[in-house]
Amino acid sequence: MTATLPRAEAVARRRPLAKRRPASTTPADRLAALGCAVSATLLTWFVMHLLLTSPGWLADLLVAYTLYLGMLYVVTRDRLGRLAAADRIVSTIVVTGALGLLIPLLLLLGYIVVAGAPHLGWGFFTHDMSAVGPTDPVSATGGLHAIVGTLEQTALTLVFVVPLGLLTAIFLNETRSRFRRPVRIMVDAMSGLPSIVAGLFVYAALIIPGIQAGVGLFSYNGLMATFALTMVMLPTVTRTVDVVLRLVPDGLREASLALGASRARTVWSVVLPTARTGVTTAVILGIARVAGETAPLLFTSFGSISMNTNPFSGPQESIPLFVYHYVKQPLSNVQQRGYVGALVLIMLIFALFALARLVGRDRSKRRARRTPNRTAQENR
Amino acid sequence: MTDTVETSTTAPAAAPTTETSTVELPRTREVTLTGGPPPGAAELEAREVGAWFGDRLVLEGVSLRMPAREVTALIGPSGCGKSTFLRILNRMHELVASASLSGEVLLDGQDIYAEGTRAQQVRLRIGMVFQKPNPFPAMSIRDNVLAGLKLAGVRCDDKNALVEQSLERAGLWREVRDRLGSPGGALSGGQQQRLCIARSLAVQPNVLLMDEPCSALDPTSTRRIEQTIAEIGHEVTVVIVTHNMQQAQRVSDHCAFFLAEENEPGRVVEHGPTERIFGSPEDERTHDYVNGRFG
Repeated sequence: MTATLPRAEAVARRRPLAKRRPASTTPADRLAALGCAVSATLLTWFVMHLLLTSPGWLADLLVAYTLYLGMLYVVTRDRLGRLAAADRIVSTIVVTGALGLLIPLLLLLGYIVVAGAPHLGWGFFTHDMSAVGPTDPVSATGGLHAIVGTLEQTALTLVFVVPLGLLTAIFLNETRSRFRRPVRIMVDAMSGLPSIVAGLFVYAALIIPGIQAGVGLFSYNGLMATFALTMVMLPTVTRTVDVVLRLVPDGLREASLALGASRARTVWSVVLPTARTGVTTAVILGIARVAGETAPLLFTSFGSISMNTNPFSGPQESIPLFVYHYVKQPLSNVQQRGYVGALVLIMLIFALFALARLVGRDRSKRRARRTPNRTAQENR
Repeated sequence: MTDTVETSTTAPAAAPTTETSTVELPRTREVTLTGGPPPGAAELEAREVGAWFGDRLVLEGVSLRMPAREVTALIGPSGCGKSTFLRILNRMHELVASASLSGEVLLDGQDIYAEGTRAQQVRLRIGMVFQKPNPFPAMSIRDNVLAGLKLAGVRCDDKNALVEQSLERAGLWREVRDRLGSPGGALSGGQQQRLCIARSLAVQPNVLLMDEPCSALDPTSTRRIEQTIAEIGHEVTVVIVTHNMQQAQRVSDHCAFFLAEENEPGRVVEHGPTERIFGSPEDERTHDYVNGRFG
């Protein structure tokens, strides 16, 4: 008895538990990587610039990267063994790949921001281009007419695409019709349709006969652009929603049917709410695709320098068209108007993304995060 | 209320009498549904039922009576057509594209496959609990229980009472009453299954079909669900498919033994009161199966 007591005390007095995370990198790892990077850089400089004449920075980069990988492998093998070394090399390559993808994207965004941001003022959002001359300063650029056009055309496209796309996806997934196969093939084929062909089709099939017959609705206006954009967006949304609906477990459909629900009711109350987040994502992707499309607009909405809030009559500007018109002009200050437009387009798409994410966020999940806290407090 | 639940949950599974379950429900009786199934339990009877998937005959000549307010267990090895038969009983079989069937299934004397009878109406009267718990992930616990009302267009005068009643009958009320708003998917497997039972009971069906409801659960949850079956077995007709011989013995009043010989469709070898099937079966194959000699 007396012998056990001190031992228990010793246990109690033992130092606090040290937390270890075997998967995380240690300072030694980072030091080794840094050392390899420095040696690889120096060795590259020595070989490529002192011994040889370097053909250019890209060659330097390639040599340095290869040397870095080799050194990292050897060093890690000596420290931790062959398996860890292979693991480190593969992780490094994967991270490089991710960076290789991210850097061009950031460069592109950065370029547009640098080119456009200095000239972007409130004026862009308050007036159109009808009173702005070619020699006026870039900060006088007005894009309100283009923003209004893009918003109206995108919204109208959504009005057509969301019901049609959802219904088609539901048809493909929730019915047993024999026509599902041909419809699926058609949707696939349409998603490969070049967007200029969509514009051309609307131009040839609706606008030319419309102008000849003198029907006001079928001439250059926002609605025609919407038709062309619908042809571009519909297959994208349908395919994505189709995939998302397929992910809903069949057990849920059976459970719903076994409760006495009709098939339509099951789709509306069980399948679609379960796939809610995915459906929202599909629509976001469609918006992103459509808001940046230029080709279908070239000979449908035609573009304009003045404000036209009515999408059903008269040529209408939109941001992609705005960029297209000004970037190809000879005067450099007019070209810069195009960069301002591009910046606004990117900002607009980001804003739409954020909005759709907010709307599509899973409500039940948010509730779940709140509820356990509450019950935990009640239990205390 | 908590006291009555206490007594009913601690009582041995086989023991609860009709009295305990009525004691548990005095308040709940007031909940009335409009547009739901007719009140009370119903008798199911299958007559010469056969089933095909494509050209393959999987079930032949099954005639079975499942008396009202009793628990009927369907036992037998895998692939002998028990689940198919169960799905025929509430017209879930026809959801499989290649499936066809013959014979008739009478619910209180009416053929559920008769011309002009709608599958929805049948399924509303004959509820089903599946092997894998499948609560609706987009709905809260409360909405899951009420899902049947919403889906089948049944109206209810007191939804809160119905939620409490259904969860209590499924033995889940005490565990979830503080978090009815959290999603059904956040519960443990056993709780999810009991939530599914509560969901099926909420529309007050006449018959409840259960397709191996405990096969994905641990022994504690299994015991809890068996208690639930014993309690609801006095109010609705229960038909349960199980691979667990002891479970069939514990929960059922009647038993039917299905068997499919090699390259033959499944048939009912023997059926009758559970004590007889397990105690003194007439057929040698039944005797071998219930004593664990094969299967």
